[in-house]
Amino acid sequence: MTDASFTELVRLRDDEASDAPAVTVDSFADQSNAGAVRIEPGDDARLLLPHLDHVTRVEVNFPSFTDGRGYSAAQILREAGYTGEVRAVGDVAVDQLGYMRRCGFDAFQPEVPMNEADVEAAFTRWENVYQKTSDGRVPIWALRHGEADG
Amino acid sequence: MYKYDSWDQQMVDTRVEEFRDQTRRRLSGELPEEKFRPLRLMNGLYLQLHAYMLRVAVPYGTLNGAQMHALADIATKYDRGYGHFTTRQNIQYNWIKLEDAPDLLADLAKVEMHAIQTSGNCIRNISSDHFAGAARDELIDPRPYAELMRQWSSFHPEFSYLPRKFKIAVIASDTDRAAMRLHDIGIQIVKNAEGEIGAAFYVGGGMGRTPMIAPCINEFVPLDRLITYAEACLRVYNRYGRRDNKYKARIKILVHELGKDEYTRQVEDEYAHMLEQGVEPPFAELERIKTYFADPAFETGLSTEVDRSDPDFALWVDRNTHPHKADGYVSAVISLKPVGGIPGDASDEQIHLMADLATEYSFDELRVMHTQNIVLPHVKIADLPALFAKLDAAGLSTPNLDQIDDIIACPGLDYCSLANARSIPVAQKISERFAANGKGAELGQLKLKISGCINACGHHHAGHIGILGVDRKGTENYQLLLGGSEAEDTSLAKITGPGFDEDGIVGAVETVTDVYLAQRTDGERFLDTYRRIGMAPFKEALYD
Ligand code: SF4
Repeated sequence: MTDASFTELVRLRDDEASDAPAVTVDSFADQSNAGAVRIEPGDDARLLLPHLDHVTRVEVNFPSFTDGRGYSAAQILREAGYTGEVRAVGDVAVDQLGYMRRCGFDAFQPEVPMNEADVEAAFTRWENVYQKTSDGRVPIWALRHGEADG
Repeated sequence: MYKYDSWDQQMVDTRVEEFRDQTRRRLSGELPEEKFRPLRLMNGLYLQLHAYMLRVAVPYGTLNGAQMHALADIATKYDRGYGHFTTRQNIQYNWIKLEDAPDLLADLAKVEMHAIQTSGNCIRNISSDHFAGAARDELIDPRPYAELMRQWSSFHPEFSYLPRKFKIAVIASDTDRAAMRLHDIGIQIVKNAEGEIGAAFYVGGGMGRTPMIAPCINEFVPLDRLITYAEACLRVYNRYGRRDNKYKARIKILVHELGKDEYTRQVEDEYAHMLEQGVEPPFAELERIKTYFADPAFETGLSTEVDRSDPDFALWVDRNTHPHKADGYVSAVISLKPVGGIPGDASDEQIHLMADLATEYSFDELRVMHTQNIVLPHVKIADLPALFAKLDAAGLSTPNLDQIDDIIACPGLDYCSLANARSIPVAQKISERFAANGKGAELGQLKLKISGCINACGHHHAGHIGILGVDRKGTENYQLLLGGSEAEDTSLAKITGPGFDEDGIVGAVETVTDVYLAQRTDGERFLDTYRRIGMAPFKEALYD
């Protein structure tokens, strides 16, 4: 294990990472100049929808990886057309990355750095998927009925 | 029955490799147990009292002969020669080593099987009517809808870290053989006034410590909206189901606390939104799946008569067969409840035999019942004597379907780390008592269900007679419940009063059946008599 390299932030985007501090959903509505917002598990992601055009980064916090509310939050943002960064932060590990990406997350900043080889495996392992989600992958049912894998 | 295409096969193969990698990281210490636990649970692997238990999915309870043989081989190779059929229509092995689990899953994948999501806070194996595709009373075979939902729910990225486990049942008959309304989502395929087929959604049922019967939230969801509607039900639950208390985390509590109308309103809003997301497979996909469930080539012009001169055979036919939609056929139930046996257990040899009998007599098909028995769904009436003889020789001909000794029992304190009391020995003693006193034969339909703790894996709330193991000052104690039903007349059983010790509970069951025998009118089942006369006469006999 000595030659493994570890990473603290995985970003699947080409744009420059913004370092704007993230504010809470509650305070976001009053701070029209804030560029980054942090969603906690109990927050309603839909409250952000009217403001998405000036959000550059949404952080979705996972205090515990077994609390899956953040997956729905990310889906809701993407379904509303949000194209900025959606970053998973907190108790996030390689074993959650695949599903998170499927729900629209494109950046991952776990508490504990991740082994890069495991990260690579998490993103490449699943060649196909059963559901249509906000990542736009073509589900198996569409492949079966003639839609090409884009 | 359904057959994997290359995509389905790739999905289960990939899961095996993923789990192999996770197990490797666990064994090397890279992955701590608290992080590994939810991952192994989503692959059906529980840590029990003595060893790991692995639960294998049997989607909607349907198996072919080759799959059944593979289950027997796994019992031989990885367990101590036994498998245990469960109330989720699945099979469990109680003596599995973590190091072996990836190879075991690889063996399963070779016969198009898996253990995906048989545990954990995710969408579990979809259950259905064990007589699906065979029953004379069904509207249509419900299994294509269940298979569509199996694929949708497998590896669902948004709904794999739910507040709690999530169970779905799909039926298509007014007779409910799947406890549909005691599921998180129960779906009944129905026909509306215009003659169109659709799905009635019942949401928020369940057993456990707060049993609830699911209300109907939508009487008719069009078939090409099934997945979309289910997505909406799940999203509302994932966002708003309680996560502060594991005992209040099932969807039944959310539906109860919001009220059916408010929950339904939220689902309908989400549904309107989801309709724009295009998450529904095309109708052609449902049609593709349906072709796999086409009827086998039933012969016509068959005789419906059979020589009943052997009384043992005649009794078995009367009790253990079910009317079939094709003339000259029946569905035959193989009881895994011999007197004094462990409910749902079968040896590797018995499992191989049942596989062979399915190939020979039932178009290569078997079903697992939620009552922990096995069905050969399509047996020619003319073949019944030969089938019976072979079952009898293997100790598999107990004629007790829905009789008092056809007991559902959870693993209880013999295996389960959550148990308060043992379930299996109580089941064994009750069946022995009623065999010895000869009263069993007089009782008719009587569903007895035993759970070793409040989690209710043995469905005690839904028993005509239910038994619940509790811990009373450090000793095992059993509460008695009466009047439950998991069928279309769903009801929840009520506690009679103070509990009993192990011998006392066996006597108490006998006492309540004596009350029934004394009070019943013509044709009344135990449950009917209880509903007519109420709890008081039973209480009086038990406690006065
Ligand atoms: S009811 Fe309780 S004792 Fe029985 S299997 Fe479930 S958790 Fe274990």
